[in-house]
Amino acid sequence: MNVWKEHGLTEEEYTQIKALMQREPNYLELSLFGVMWSEHCSYKNSKAQLRKFPVTGPQVVQGPGENAGVVRLDGKLCAAFKMESHNHPSAIEPYQGAATGVGGIIRDIFAMGARPVASLDSLRFGSLDDARTKGLFRGVVAGVGGYGNCIGIPTVGGETFFHPSYHGNPLVNALCVGLVEEDKIFKGQATGVGNIVMLVGARTGRDGIKGASFASEELSDSDPDKRPNVQVGDPFMEKLLLEASLEVLEAGLVVGLQDLGAAGLTSSGSEMAGRAGSGLYIDLEKVPLREKNMEPWEIMLSESQERMLMIVEPSKVEAIEKVFDKWDLIASAVGEVTGDGHFTVRRGGEVLASVPAEFLTDKAPVNLRPAAEPEYFRALKKADCSQLRDWKNWTDLLKKLLASPNIASKRWVYEQYDSTIGTNTVVRPGSDAAVLRLSGSSGSPGSVKGMALAVDCNSRYTYLDPWRGGAIAVAEAARNVAVSGARPLAITNCLNFGNPEKPEIYWQFVQATDGMAAACSALSTPVTGGNVSFYNEYDGRAIYPTPTIGMIGVLENVEDRVTSDFKAEGDWVVLLGETLEELGASEAHFLLTGRDEGEVPFLDFEKEKKLHAFLVEAARNRFLASAHDCSDGGLAVALAECAIANAMPSPFKGTSLKGTLGVTLDWRGSVSPAAALFGESQSRAVISVSPGKWEAAKALLKKHNLPATLLGKTGGDAFSLRYNGALLVDCPLSHLARLWNDAIPEIME
Amino acid sequence: MPYQAKVTVMFRKSILDPQGAAVERALKAHSEGIDISSVRVGKVIELMVDGPGPDIVEEKVKVLADRILANPVMEEYTVQVESLS
Amino acid sequence: MNMNINMKMKAAVVVFPDSNGDRDAKRAIETLGIPVRFVWHKESSIEDFDLIVLPGGFTFGDYLRTGAIARYSPVMEEVVRQAKRGAKVLGICNGFQILTEAGLLPGVLLRNRGLLFLGRDVWLRVENNATPFTSAYAQHQVIRLPIAHGDGNYYIDDEGYKRLEGEGRIVFRYCLPNGVAPNGVAPNGVAPNGVAPNGIAPNGAKGDVAGIVNEEGNVLGLMPHPERLVEPILGGQDGRGVFESLLNAVCGRVN
Repeated sequence: MNVWKEHGLTEEEYTQIKALMQREPNYLELSLFGVMWSEHCSYKNSKAQLRKFPVTGPQVVQGPGENAGVVRLDGKLCAAFKMESHNHPSAIEPYQGAATGVGGIIRDIFAMGARPVASLDSLRFGSLDDARTKGLFRGVVAGVGGYGNCIGIPTVGGETFFHPSYHGNPLVNALCVGLVEEDKIFKGQATGVGNIVMLVGARTGRDGIKGASFASEELSDSDPDKRPNVQVGDPFMEKLLLEASLEVLEAGLVVGLQDLGAAGLTSSGSEMAGRAGSGLYIDLEKVPLREKNMEPWEIMLSESQERMLMIVEPSKVEAIEKVFDKWDLIASAVGEVTGDGHFTVRRGGEVLASVPAEFLTDKAPVNLRPAAEPEYFRALKKADCSQLRDWKNWTDLLKKLLASPNIASKRWVYEQYDSTIGTNTVVRPGSDAAVLRLSGSSGSPGSVKGMALAVDCNSRYTYLDPWRGGAIAVAEAARNVAVSGARPLAITNCLNFGNPEKPEIYWQFVQATDGMAAACSALSTPVTGGNVSFYNEYDGRAIYPTPTIGMIGVLENVEDRVTSDFKAEGDWVVLLGETLEELGASEAHFLLTGRDEGEVPFLDFEKEKKLHAFLVEAARNRFLASAHDCSDGGLAVALAECAIANAMPSPFKGTSLKGTLGVTLDWRGSVSPAAALFGESQSRAVISVSPGKWEAAKALLKKHNLPATLLGKTGGDAFSLRYNGALLVDCPLSHLARLWNDAIPEIME
Repeated sequence: MPYQAKVTVMFRKSILDPQGAAVERALKAHSEGIDISSVRVGKVIELMVDGPGPDIVEEKVKVLADRILANPVMEEYTVQVESLS
Repeated sequence: MNMNINMKMKAAVVVFPDSNGDRDAKRAIETLGIPVRFVWHKESSIEDFDLIVLPGGFTFGDYLRTGAIARYSPVMEEVVRQAKRGAKVLGICNGFQILTEAGLLPGVLLRNRGLLFLGRDVWLRVENNATPFTSAYAQHQVIRLPIAHGDGNYYIDDEGYKRLEGEGRIVFRYCLPNGVAPNGVAPNGVAPNGVAPNGIAPNGAKGDVAGIVNEEGNVLGLMPHPERLVEPILGGQDGRGVFESLLNAVCGRVN
């Protein structure tokens, strides 16, 4: 085998390395290049495209490039937040893959000096009728919960989507958010020549060696050799590491801080030196090992979890050791900051590798891949939606949709998560966005504000029209935040795609990120960070392009928060926005035909902005009893969700405890019944308003010049929808609630 | 003298073992020609011990198992000691 | 409420490695104006407290058994000593598990019957309001609290169960929102026969037991989290009664 291949490099890259080094790199040095120049660490295939994202704004305190992005929420109080993927490890070992994904993103947040206060997850699996998929689903959910519950960070929201394109390659994206005061933000920089490099937390073993390059390859059934890559998470250790780290940061003992993720010591060490423009060395004799006889490259590439690298002034080393000892953790001085710009690996006095840090972090090639429009793109725009348009039994179709795994209640998922620990969670899972107060037991006393968080992506849209789908992902995430009463502020993202070396895949990537960039600019929600996950393929078949968006928003007063469920009998139910004759790319069309096709709903940024502005102002004035995004499944599904959102399953099978509130609606419109009920026109929301607030709400609608349709009133136990004079849907609510609640538990039993 | 002690901790027979029941259902679905029953899931704790002799090692490990490794309200245990020299 | 009087009450929240409900418990108690000190689990000698809380968490990862290692922490000898002295000890979730491991409460918490971690709200019926933890509630009052645990399946042998029941030591029982607790005696004195032979506890707890006290009545263990529902913004304040009761027990009725 060629020496470069063994390290996952191409011949061109190897030649480039030799030219940079002006000599033949040794084995260890090539290992360092191999992981640092992998897509996972270098973003070599995506960098050029990511530069198109808007990254600045008055709310942005820290943009892309650090461990996490930071936005300002209330005076000095900021949120550090980031999302990351752990797709390939989860495909191999769902529990540990998901758990270590959560653990990794939590470390990114406290590396910024922030106390993590909440997590969200965005999960995608193949079709749930497959036994293997069920196992992956079960394992991933247990892993997300297992880690978050144990470390005591609530998982407050998320999304779960099932589609055959994720068969064998599930997507596990985890978002974490933490709170930090602006002047206490830490950076991953190795500054101050002579400062000590300390490795803290777990010992180093042979975990996940070359995980970074593994993440940059495709999966197939015949890869048993890849299995040793799975890392095992230890949330108990991470909890101690979190508390000890925050304690030493609070005491002012630390200069720079970085977590050890993919490519372990190599990436954290070289990135810290690279960002500071300094150099540093690591002495392998000082690294506490879990296993004997580890080779230098194994130590440098190990991805053992629950470790952090700290830069510390020499006089403070002892104080650091004392704090870590209190928490029964090891803190070891493993190296020193130098001024030579080199990232150096030593064993005692012997230099094993020495590479200018910037060669590893900044000199990785930037590939402009060829992009080619795939054949399906034009072909699938034309779709025959007559089956949906001519459907007769609308009640039956609604029932089928509510019982389909994508629409059905995700209670089975989020009840495996502790969502209330920390006493910050004001709106729990199950609504459009999670809302947290900033003054909870791990927040800032005195703040009356709140933050809202949502994750979103409709990958059917991004497949059929990557540009518009990318834009809609941003718009819908913002809408989820806005219906909760919060002003959308900024995003993080996970860009999950197939193999970028295929021109069609790269085209999807370019289109989707261009669409995202346009939406982020239009909605003034800049990108503060994120990650790229390529090579999501199984047996040569790529997943649907899935640029998952994590949106954060702020509520001026957390008491203004709005949830999706109807609140009281006799409230007005109103549809905001316009409904067009749009049936393509809909969940209902897919349910009836099994086909993803048709024109993706049109998105108008100006209309979207107007909707958000109304929602935020209406919430601020406490006009809204409820508000819910109208999206997957269309208006009929959105209304049903508002009516049954609180339906608790009873301990006695087949009955609901309570918490439903029916509607009897009667409205007129110009589109077909199919489009009125199940079309997925964008920039719409369903609100309910108490009669006493209705006049004021109407005036506000007029002020914002926002089209709205009065549908009818809440009340009773029926779910009755009359459109243009015809009774289209009529069903006892308890029946809908049961179908919606029981669908996933019944499949998983 | 070096020994390896192996402590096996199992739920007492009178305690419902839902993990065992779940594993049993899975095994039954995949076993033809044999009949699976009474599946129970427990845990094995291995430890290296340096001690004067196997009897004393066993006795001391039993004390630890009684106090820490097993909860007699719901669990029972066995201890095996093997000489490594 | 008279904050000065409340200041006289001395409360401690014990912090073990991977206690994670410690800050929530402290905050909940402080909302009543009661000062709280965090006590590190390695402290082997602590001043006398009126209330010691063992908070929720996954002490030592719960890797061996829930609460099994924490019960050997140095502070636990102090907890036992102060409990004997009459101090109130409140074990929430993992704290309940530690109390059973330490022998301060009978029985044990097994894996949830469905094997899944459960994070949701449950309804509880106050089965005995003549305790220092429940006097602020009405007898048979129905309250709603969150649970968040994987091992909350309370088990005790039949004899022990009868004893708990007979001595009024079952303090909280899982029930339906309307107060029906199939395993307990209904408020009207009639047990609803045959409604749910296996009980309604989501975790499978014997007799739908959610919380019990020791013989002396000064040590309470419960799986649900009263400390997470003491402020309306979080969706209710049904948990506040536990801390108000404790305040009343220690300082006398002040409001």
